[in-house]
Amino acid sequence: MAIRFDKLGVVIAAIAAYAAFLAPFATFRANRIVPGEGRLILDALPAVSGPLLLALVVVAIVVALLKTPLAWRLVVSVVLLVALALAIGMAGGFLTPPGNTFARVSPASGFWLLIFAFTLLLADVLTRLELSPFVRLAVLLIAAVAVGMLLASGAWDSLSILKEYANRADTFWAEARKHVTLALGSLLAAVVVGLPLGILCHRVEALRAGVLNVLNIIQTIPSIALFGMLIGPLGWVALHVPGASAIGIRGIGTAPAFVALFLYSLLPVVANTVVGLAGVPKAANEAARGMGMTDWQRLSGVEFPLAFPVILTGIRIVLVQNIGLATIAALIGGGGFGVFVFQGVGQTAMDLVLLGAVPTVALAFAAGIVLDAIIELTATARRKEAVA
Amino acid sequence: MIEIENITKRYDKQTVVNDVSMVVEPRTIAAIVGTSGSGKTTLLRMINRLVEPTSGTIKLDGVDNHSLPDYELRRSIGYAIQGHGLFPHRTVAQNIATVPLLLGWDRERIDERVDELLKLFQLDPADFGPRYPHELSGGQQQRVGVARALAAKPNVLLMDEPFGALDPIIRTKAQEDLLAIQKHFGTTIILVTHDMEEAVHLGHKIAVMDGGKLVQYARPAEILAKPASSFVETLVGSSERPFRLLSLGRVGDAVEKGSAEGEAIPADASQRDALAELLWTGKPALPVKDTDGKALGRVTVDGLVKLAARPA
Ligand SMILES: Nc1ncnc2c1ncn2[C@@H]1O[C@H](COP(=O)(O)OP(=O)(O)OP(=O)(O)O)[C@@H](O)[C@H]1O
Ligand SMILES: [Mg+2]
Repeated sequence: MAIRFDKLGVVIAAIAAYAAFLAPFATFRANRIVPGEGRLILDALPAVSGPLLLALVVVAIVVALLKTPLAWRLVVSVVLLVALALAIGMAGGFLTPPGNTFARVSPASGFWLLIFAFTLLLADVLTRLELSPFVRLAVLLIAAVAVGMLLASGAWDSLSILKEYANRADTFWAEARKHVTLALGSLLAAVVVGLPLGILCHRVEALRAGVLNVLNIIQTIPSIALFGMLIGPLGWVALHVPGASAIGIRGIGTAPAFVALFLYSLLPVVANTVVGLAGVPKAANEAARGMGMTDWQRLSGVEFPLAFPVILTGIRIVLVQNIGLATIAALIGGGGFGVFVFQGVGQTAMDLVLLGAVPTVALAFAAGIVLDAIIELTATARRKEAVA
Repeated sequence: MIEIENITKRYDKQTVVNDVSMVVEPRTIAAIVGTSGSGKTTLLRMINRLVEPTSGTIKLDGVDNHSLPDYELRRSIGYAIQGHGLFPHRTVAQNIATVPLLLGWDRERIDERVDELLKLFQLDPADFGPRYPHELSGGQQQRVGVARALAAKPNVLLMDEPFGALDPIIRTKAQEDLLAIQKHFGTTIILVTHDMEEAVHLGHKIAVMDGGKLVQYARPAEILAKPASSFVETLVGSSERPFRLLSLGRVGDAVEKGSAEGEAIPADASQRDALAELLWTGKPALPVKDTDGKALGRVTVDGLVKLAARPA
């Protein structure tokens, strides 16, 4: 029997082999800001666990490389991800000298590449399994619970990123809340304003090009510049509109960050609403009018349901984009995970940067999966209506 | 009854419908024919006010169609749009239920009506009701489009080329269905078509439009016999005229005394079909029977040829 290779498997195997044997698995530093030194897997893990992990990686590489049943690939990728998660925690405990509270151990490039390689394998398997939206949500939930349990168990406590967390546990959750509020709040505002604006643009042709052009231009303004442009007007509002400063409107802080995110969100919402409504079959619209639906009945009963999947795609873009963009709110004192990123950059403390970056990426990733599932559910609810 | 009085529609400088007046008697079918762009759809759409006329009035059963809000007017008029226009996100049953729902019928009555209509169009309610439009053939979609237009038992039904996309066999079937439904409910129908054959077959009267003008509005026999202009004559197709004329009459009206050999022709067949049968079999005469199979007499080539000649 000829040996057949899996195309993606070749890439995964190459990355994993390099990461496991040549790249450092963990970085050891005497304190949180000095440059670290890398440790290979065998040096970073106690006695048998090092060779054991290497052996697992080798098995996984073989499974990934060859054309193997999906079930094997699924098991292998999950086992490896769990093993890596446990191993990095172990490395933390092993490399930190007993009683030393200054030393820092953090995941190094080898670890990240292995995680990347096997996440890729897992993602490939999950895609090929063509899971239903509900199963995908369940998988996401299981992954979240697993990570939560690992965090709660203390297995990772000796890692530098969690040491940074331990120092900032209270502010972390406050910033997390601010981050989510900023991202979701601005999305909500963009939907509340963008939907009617999109509908208006659809109905009034004269408005369409103008509105979309303005929103396009806003989209190209760099965030720093936009913040700068908002300081003046918002500062003025705070001074002159009674009650404005009482609800937190100021030239810097959360208000301009919120407004900036809101402005960035408008284009995808409005544009997708316009595109979605334009895609409604003309005959369906005519029939709706001809049968005596009022404008409102036609909008809510025919146009909107038909445009909804497209609008939802716009909302998905905005949500993922906002979760990422909300990081920059910290630049003007708006809070969020960006606080840790910019503090970390200022102190050249990479671990602190990660404390801000990792949750942001995880959140954006999860939001993407959830919304994809919702989009597919609304589409299947109408049995994937064929384009007439 | 539909009374169209001096109706005109202008877009910018172009006059699309030009001073058209016609009356459609209650419980009859008026077929509008004309070349593409002659204003048929526009005229039709002014009746349910999807297009507002530039001038003129339209009365339905004596009431000006501007005397109530446009959406209420439209709910009372059935409208089968050119190219079915079914809602892709609603099932066949939901599509048909649209107007009854707008009128606030109760659930039970709606379900009953939907079932009744589906059966009328030979679509099994249990099978087709829950389907989505894209799960139907083109012909089935069109039939559902017509069923939807009939859902709230409108007195007036406007149809814009409802059988356009059907193959000849299904088309004939759909036409028979429509005639049966029209008789059964006594609906007044205005039907736009490109097909003279269809117009002659279905219309109690035919309206011929050319460049926005109504050039002739008369009974089919008259249109065929006395076309008002060369345009109508071309449209009617002079080489087809005698056959179209025959297709209007029933064999029962052409029966002569006597007997003949051969397979009997049913009395309710069209005279055109009878002539075709005579020519094909090469016989000068064939027997005629009624629906019970009772012999009525015979039909002859000579007799039919006389009937096919231009009326005096
Ligand atoms: N909204 C409009 N604005 C400008 N011109 C229009 C409009 N609607 C229709 N017309 C023009 O009016 C004329 C008649 O159109 P209409 O749709 O009534 O034709 P029709 O007889 O139904 O043609 P067809 O057989 O192709 O359906 C056409 O020349 C068309 O271009
Ligand atoms: Mg037309």
